Amino acid sequence: MVYRGPYRVRVEQKDRPSIEHPNDAIVRVTRAAICGSDLHLYHGMMPDTRVGSTFGHEFVGVVDEIGSSVQNLAVGDRVMVPFNIFCGTCFFCARGLYSNCHNVNPNATAVGGIYGYSHTTGGYDGGQAEYVRVPFADVGPTLIPDWLDEEDAVLLTDAVATGYFGAQLGDIKEGDVVVVFGAGPVGLYAAASSWLMGAGRVIVIDHLDYRLAKARTFAHAETINFTEHDDIVVHMKKLTDHLGADVAIDAVGAEADGNLLQHVTAAKLKLQGGSPIALNWAIDSVRKGGTISVMGAYGPMFSAVKFGDAMNKGLTLRMNQTPVKRQWPRLFEHVRNGYLKPNEIVTHRIPLEHIAEAYHMFSAKLDGCIKPLIVPSA
Amino acid sequence: MAYTPDKPKLAETSEQLRARIPGWGADLDPRDRPSVPREQFDPTFSGAHWEFPERQPELSPRERSIEHAFLTPVFGTSCPPRGLSGMIRRYSYAKYSEGRAAHWLLLLASDRVDAVESTLRSFVSRRPDNPVTETGVLAEGSRHGLRSRREGRRADKVHHPLDPIIVAAPWVLGAGLAYAVLRRVVGRARG
Repeated sequence: MVYRGPYRVRVEQKDRPSIEHPNDAIVRVTRAAICGSDLHLYHGMMPDTRVGSTFGHEFVGVVDEIGSSVQNLAVGDRVMVPFNIFCGTCFFCARGLYSNCHNVNPNATAVGGIYGYSHTTGGYDGGQAEYVRVPFADVGPTLIPDWLDEEDAVLLTDAVATGYFGAQLGDIKEGDVVVVFGAGPVGLYAAASSWLMGAGRVIVIDHLDYRLAKARTFAHAETINFTEHDDIVVHMKKLTDHLGADVAIDAVGAEADGNLLQHVTAAKLKLQGGSPIALNWAIDSVRKGGTISVMGAYGPMFSAVKFGDAMNKGLTLRMNQTPVKRQWPRLFEHVRNGYLKPNEIVTHRIPLEHIAEAYHMFSAKLDGCIKPLIVPSA
Repeated sequence: MAYTPDKPKLAETSEQLRARIPGWGADLDPRDRPSVPREQFDPTFSGAHWEFPERQPELSPRERSIEHAFLTPVFGTSCPPRGLSGMIRRYSYAKYSEGRAAHWLLLLASDRVDAVESTLRSFVSRRPDNPVTETGVLAEGSRHGLRSRREGRRADKVHHPLDPIIVAAPWVLGAGLAYAVLRRVVGRARG
């Protein structure tokens, strides 16, 4: 696929990517996914999103070619590729902060490298394609275990790992009340992961009934449709004996709904880096001394966040892009044990040729769409 | 309650939750979680066999943040800057750091210019832009657009009418501009 401008994508024949660095690999994509954060690109919110670029940071495939210095992969290997591009040895990678790699993104120092996510994250083409260039092939990709379903594997490249990481950043302790804003894929995985960390109560908030229904069945969570309440913050206080939740997870990010002014100034007029409605609700819903985990993606511009309340309440705000590969050994255990069932939230499997309709459907939340997978034909 | 010392009691005990929810408490110990502690120094863990990676050849000038000391050893090569949008992008990278709003606003502006330039360029190519197929709007029919939007009390209903305006406005303005230019040219030709 290629981006043609805000709200427009199409399938084009591009040159097959080539080895540009000795540690590159070329991977033939067998499954990809559209991430909720891809919609920020699709809607023209992320600066330096160039016409002609290919999106897609969630993909798995087969190694088709390797560079001269690649030692850990061979042609024909089935691999899952974390959405982070990382070198493994910079100051940040050496400390496990793979999502903050300093050696892969010349365009910005504040964010690492991400496949198919604008030049602000390095200018790499992504995996919603037949072939993709994978830099640092000895570092990022991992062989897909034989027992692991390919759809589960593609979901582990970002959404599952991000939801699980989000729950970790909440620093959940046994018996904590956790509120998750957003019942999209990351919110659903964050809610399910909160139980693994010993949450005593998990509440998921959204405005789409079909996603809340999935939160009840998939993540065993209580749910609230915020449109049914005049003031979701007051409702949250009432639900928690006026204490507030111990932990809040923002799994919405830049295009949050619920306040027209915030949404329009951010998502439509691009005057903010993101619409921080969910983040502000999190700040106001969590108890004093509580923790907020921010998993929702925001742009690099400023956003109108209620820092005064966060300061006065003594909150801990924790956030980062997920260092995906660090999560995988434990996540493999959880998937194998049946504690997490990633592909239960997949609602659509769409051929690459129809990706424009897939983007429109996912963006407009049509047809009960929660997670669309893309199936290349090559 | 918040007004007394004890935490409110939960509806279910840990034992009840463990019995009801598969895997409850599997990561109960906060110290035994994959990203705890956040920073764990181990430069060999990742599989890298270098201290500083070999450099990718810079085959054409590559724009970079002025907050970087040098061009990173590996970088993306998709869509090099071109046209007026490329000039704006290069200026933004050369002049402003990531800390300046001007940097990001110029990049956003260059994105809009890029979209216009690319669409105009497509009209002289073998594959002109097609707003119907590229917006995927046909999914409204095949994916139950109306029914999906009517279900429940969706908060996004209120701004749904803005999306077609955002998508269509450049096309309508472009068509109007083209019509005005054409009319003037024809008027002059007729004398």
